[in-house]
Amino acid sequence: MNSSRLLLLGAEAVAQGAIDAGLSGVYAYPGTPSTEITEYIQRSREARSLGIRSSWSSNEKTAYEAALGMSYAGKRSLVCMKHVGLNVAADAFINSAITGVNGGLVLAVADDPSMHSSQNEQDSRVYGRFAMVPVLEPSSQQELYDAMRDAFALSESVKLPVVVRMTTRLSHSRAGIERRKAVAQNPLHAEYAPERFVLMPHNARRQYQHLLDLQPQLETLSASSFLNRTIDGSGPLGVVAFGIGYNYVMEARRMHGIGCRVLKVGHYPPPRAMIDELFAVCESVLVVEEGYPVYEELFRGYFGSPKIRGRMDGALPRTGELTTDLVASALGVTPPETTAVPEIVINRPPELCRACGHRDLFEALNLVMGEHAEHHLFSDIGCYTLSALSPFNAIHTCVDMGASITMAKGAADAGLRPAVCVIGDSTFAHSGMTGLLDAVNDRSPVTVIIADNDTTAMTGGQCSSASGAKLERICRGLGVEEAHIRVIIPLKQHLQENIAVLREEIAYDGVSVVIARRECIEAAARKKRRATAKGE
Amino acid sequence: MEKNIILAGVGGQGILSIAAVIDWAALDAGLRVRQAEVHGMSQRGGAVQSHLRISDRELFADLIALGTADLILSVEPLESLRYLPWLSPEGHVVTSTDPFVNVEGYPPVARIIKALCSAVQPLLVPAEQLAREAGSARASNMVMLGAAAPFTGIEPERLETGIEALFGAKGAQIVEINIRAFRKGLTLSNANQTTS
Repeated sequence: MNSSRLLLLGAEAVAQGAIDAGLSGVYAYPGTPSTEITEYIQRSREARSLGIRSSWSSNEKTAYEAALGMSYAGKRSLVCMKHVGLNVAADAFINSAITGVNGGLVLAVADDPSMHSSQNEQDSRVYGRFAMVPVLEPSSQQELYDAMRDAFALSESVKLPVVVRMTTRLSHSRAGIERRKAVAQNPLHAEYAPERFVLMPHNARRQYQHLLDLQPQLETLSASSFLNRTIDGSGPLGVVAFGIGYNYVMEARRMHGIGCRVLKVGHYPPPRAMIDELFAVCESVLVVEEGYPVYEELFRGYFGSPKIRGRMDGALPRTGELTTDLVASALGVTPPETTAVPEIVINRPPELCRACGHRDLFEALNLVMGEHAEHHLFSDIGCYTLSALSPFNAIHTCVDMGASITMAKGAADAGLRPAVCVIGDSTFAHSGMTGLLDAVNDRSPVTVIIADNDTTAMTGGQCSSASGAKLERICRGLGVEEAHIRVIIPLKQHLQENIAVLREEIAYDGVSVVIARRECIEAAARKKRRATAKGE
Repeated sequence: MEKNIILAGVGGQGILSIAAVIDWAALDAGLRVRQAEVHGMSQRGGAVQSHLRISDRELFADLIALGTADLILSVEPLESLRYLPWLSPEGHVVTSTDPFVNVEGYPPVARIIKALCSAVQPLLVPAEQLAREAGSARASNMVMLGAAAPFTGIEPERLETGIEALFGAKGAQIVEINIRAFRKGLTLSNANQTTS
């Protein structure tokens, strides 16, 4: 190839950027659209030769804490998750801003506006403000790559964790990346600093004050960041474009010959002097944010300002990801006439794969649950969530990782019978075990079905922290009676015996676990392809 | 030179390998590339699309604006209709005529083609048949790429080098089948352009 550029997804640019910034370890739980960061490091020969640790964590909280531990020991660590994963890791994240860090600690978090593959579109920049730490929000793949080095250096200079926020569109879009010379890893260097790291009240108060005192410095630093800059222009309307909002503004500007002033912001806290300058020369200001109107709301203030346009006054939609068309319309461009989608086009929603074991499980489960006049099936997050759709229409809840077991328990405590839930092996390892312990301790009559396909399938087949015989041992260890830990194989030819087992355990007045075990067919096919490739 | 291309299909049909070849060739030609793809839930048999942009100047947005796509390349007939609002008035639609039926109420293919032809002048490609003639039905993606090649702004030879780069690890025979498939699509496309 003529070009030395690497063609990378935004997520992969984060990974390569971290490797080239002297990374020693990455910690993560898979979650769309963040999964590809860790996968890239796992596949990278370079990362392997550098000894960068990269296997999956059980959940985002364990991942964050391990990353903090690596930072405590003086090395640079990266922790990656999707936006809702940060809810799970929030305790560790917020408190790591109070302790501060030693080696550079970067949290790469990928938000999913428009909820392509998520249950909400929460904006991680709010968490950044909540923790009072710097947040970087690059607008291109190259900026993501370059920002990783700055993020680690910034983290070590201010001794705080630094957040790199991106959204689906950038994480899952490819572009050519120019690499820079790599820097070496930090040596092992753990310091005794109990006055920072032992967060008893007397230390925590001092550390919190220190965090507050740092804030003016953080603002000064963002004024000189390469991610913040002004694009010259004229006219009464100015634009503050955050993150990839900048891309759509610049595209619309070029397409429609609009010459407005633009302030690009990709490093928070936002550079106050640059914002003041724009507001001083513009009659009105359009605030373009990919996510919640976080800064638009701040700029407006409680009493509002007619000068400000954005998601809160309808110039842009309140929800969903931005596009060039939406931004162009907010800049006053009349939408183009387009060809309509013919009426015969029907939706094509996702579905469980043909021959997937979950199909056989839900076929059996629907028959057994149907024997009860009222039946509620609590479920969780994974491929099996697709059983909510036709033809199964099997599940009635899916809220957050692990909630199937605990919601079934609470409903059982309220008197609901039967109380049955379905959770995947990886989700059980992530957040199901503690809920099962609660059910055992309370002797709540619940039946927990663990759909064990030996992988984290929905995100593309990552290694599960607990599957196979380990699951039986965990359930036994948590106190589930041996006689009520049953294993079934979800295959057509076992339908009748599977129905019998499910019926028995659902009828049991105590905690029972049915493990429906069959390997994910996609994972099996991948294994086979790899084996064939090796054989050749 | 700037081309906005929408690749359309169903999760699992492999539109991303078409994208990978165009990306490779575009970078090889010293062009800038942005290519947004769909990962996650929709990949499980849902409608998927990829916005691919190549240009000799800086590209900002990863997404193509409405009414500005130069090409819709669809590996499935129904999916060729879904993204028509993105097509520019001068844009082209190249679609496979092989339906992927995994939903209830899938309309008859003849009705789909009729709806498409009443909106645009599409290039219809019997991709699977041509791929089988080339040696494997699995190469129908490369038939589609060949048929769309004249609208990508990239020389066919460079795209062929991209195919070699992409399939090289799978052995010489696989490369050969895919190149043959590509040429069958290209021949159909060129013949169509001279007659129309």
